[in-house]
Amino acid sequence: MLNKKRGRESAEINGSSLADIAFLLLIFFLVVTTIDVDTGIGLVLPPIPDDVEPPPVRERNLMNILVNAQGMVLINEQPAAVASVRERLKEFIDNNGADPNMSESPNDAIVSIKTDRRTPYNIYIDMLDEVMGAYAELRYSASMDRFGVPYSSLEDNSVEQDEIQEMYPKKISIAEPDEG
Amino acid sequence: MSKFKKKQANTSQSVPTSAMPDVVFMLLIFFMVTTVLREVELQVQIDYADAENIEKIEQKRLVSYIYIGPERLGGNRVGETKVQIDDALVADVNAIRNIMYDKLVEQPRLIVSLRVDEDSEFGIITDVQQELRHAGTLRINYSTRREI
Repeated sequence: MLNKKRGRESAEINGSSLADIAFLLLIFFLVVTTIDVDTGIGLVLPPIPDDVEPPPVRERNLMNILVNAQGMVLINEQPAAVASVRERLKEFIDNNGADPNMSESPNDAIVSIKTDRRTPYNIYIDMLDEVMGAYAELRYSASMDRFGVPYSSLEDNSVEQDEIQEMYPKKISIAEPDEG
Repeated sequence: MSKFKKKQANTSQSVPTSAMPDVVFMLLIFFMVTTVLREVELQVQIDYADAENIEKIEQKRLVSYIYIGPERLGGNRVGETKVQIDDALVADVNAIRNIMYDKLVEQPRLIVSLRVDEDSEFGIITDVQQELRHAGTLRINYSTRREI
């Protein structure tokens, strides 16, 4: 007969050290892993203007925030504390035409941010943080009113989120820097 | 008396370990997927600013970093504020335009993360932002830590 000779040893590969190998790799990746989540304040820069004139904006719909070289915050040329920016902004955005000096509607309200060449960066970030905070609070309360859930728990790109974003669009304008 | 005798379990005392490699492999794959090996060597010193109202960047593939801070010299000394993109310091600010434009062509939905030292002055950031506007990379993100 053509019966082949077969070895007596079992044909399986010994798998008992597999766990050790896997552990070694696991420890290597554990050590080199840095789960640093990128967090920050998102912003969209305005495109370089063409020769076309920007559409005129009514004075009342514009809130000028200037952070000068000394790190002072000026709202419409009046000095203001960084901590007060949020309340001022909420009032300004959510005015809906009540006060003639403030915005006509949240959709029209534009926040214009201007800086100096020697403005300290951390003051600028603090101020921007307050601006974002104002919008976050407005969106939060709008979301609670309409849907009964916080804005942050709405799903991304859902109809509800779009609706709130349309109610309070972030219209933040970075002013053109001065020459020289 | 036998009523109070402890019941002896009949099962074997050892925990079956045959599934352990599977568990370990699962963990291993998780860490392999989430690992980002540090690809740039920082040549500038950066302490991030703190902020409260921050957002996460979910899609890391879209992000490109610009580092701005005082240059690291030997020892603990730091020099002038410099701009670093990828692995090299950018000598001429006007070169940023072309670098970022090339990146934008590769990744049209590019987000530029500005990692700026908190003690910087805003002038250099204004210059960089102007360059970004010329390049057309308009989505930016000021990298900050969460304020506690």
